[in-house]
Amino acid sequence: MQQLFVYIFKNSTRLLFLLLLVVSLVLTIQSHSFHRSQVISSANFVTGGVYERINSVNEYLNLKTENEGLANENARLKSLLFNFKDTTKVIDKELLSRFGNYKVFQSKIINNTYNVHENFLTINSGSLNGIKPDMGVMNSKGIIGIVEHTSKNYATVISVLNVKSQINAKIKKTSHFGTLTWNGKSTGYVQLIDIPRLATVKKGDTIITGAQSIIFPENINIGTIHKIYTDNKTNYFTIDVKLFNDMTSLGHVYIIENKDRKEVLQLEAQNKDE
Amino acid sequence: MNSAVIVNIIRFILLILAQVAIFNKINFLGFINPYPYILFIILYPVNGNKNGLLLASFLLGITMDMFSNSGGVHAAACVTLAYLRPSFFKFSFGLSYEYQTVKINNRLTPERFSFILISVLTHHIILFLLEIFRFSFFWNILVRTVLSTIFTLALCILLIYLFKPSKKN
Repeated sequence: MQQLFVYIFKNSTRLLFLLLLVVSLVLTIQSHSFHRSQVISSANFVTGGVYERINSVNEYLNLKTENEGLANENARLKSLLFNFKDTTKVIDKELLSRFGNYKVFQSKIINNTYNVHENFLTINSGSLNGIKPDMGVMNSKGIIGIVEHTSKNYATVISVLNVKSQINAKIKKTSHFGTLTWNGKSTGYVQLIDIPRLATVKKGDTIITGAQSIIFPENINIGTIHKIYTDNKTNYFTIDVKLFNDMTSLGHVYIIENKDRKEVLQLEAQNKDE
Repeated sequence: MNSAVIVNIIRFILLILAQVAIFNKINFLGFINPYPYILFIILYPVNGNKNGLLLASFLLGITMDMFSNSGGVHAAACVTLAYLRPSFFKFSFGLSYEYQTVKINNRLTPERFSFILISVLTHHIILFLLEIFRFSFFWNILVRTVLSTIFTLALCILLIYLFKPSKKN
């Protein structure tokens, strides 16, 4: 026993090093393997607070583009409204609330990374504002990502520029759907995989979110087809999609809650059990 | 609490803040960032407590991981660097380094330069290897390591010169 203590005392530095290394490696492997189990995230009180301070300075520099974006969106919504056939017809609000499956929150991105393979964003609203994991994040131009972790006042978002991100998407014209992933190369382009070969795809076609997604509503803009690759081994296309969003400069975002998500998941879980 | 401890605590906080607020946002060519926060480990007193350095490095790394949502990547790289630091000292300054009170933040000699270079390179290789974690991105890891090392090295030397304590003697 005494020898054991002597050994520990003698090699305390090495043992401490091994212990700390194992802890950090476990954390690393966890963060790579399955996205639910990430312990260390920037959605905590300290890091969120620091990012919010930094962002309050950066925000001023982007006021102009932010305003332009808002004005453009207003114009688009106004044109939708004016071109609506019967302008006197007002949709009954009660009816909407009864059938409305989606709730939209407004939030702001306070930290954005896009230089590594697994990129995350931090937003300044959290569980106190009603944000929960697996909500969709988008802005007026298109989708941005999916909420991953929440704390009281902050939340982290898996960016579409994350090699782990997988979002259901389809081609607007033909409604063939596939999975939106990222190959980690360019911040302007993501990849749409598993599009069947019999689909007619053309450069410039618009890609939107698909109906299979229980996170995003259908028909949200993603981007346009930039390049089409055919994989000879499988019967699928891989498509480079040019994002509408400039992922390197993001400001205000909308967060979308699908109220039916739980129900759909429960139903699907039942199928698996049988 | 002596002055060395206080200096190190202040350095720890300032380096993290500078890294998060400035250096993580540089994104030179879209993906190259310097990581001069490891100056904390490089500048830690040569004869300081080794276990203390290990714990402080772990804390430094895990804080960086929190800010960048990267699991334990920075922590692993920092802890390894802290553990290997004495061997790097031996390599760069010769065997009897502990007796001739080495000071890193002083005039840049080949010995000091080689020490900083090895430290930065070790840290970055581990960092990018763990961060990317896929062997299909091998060239990517290599390019990132080399370019970031150059960037960090230049910044470290620059920062050491900028904040060199004024000459007392």
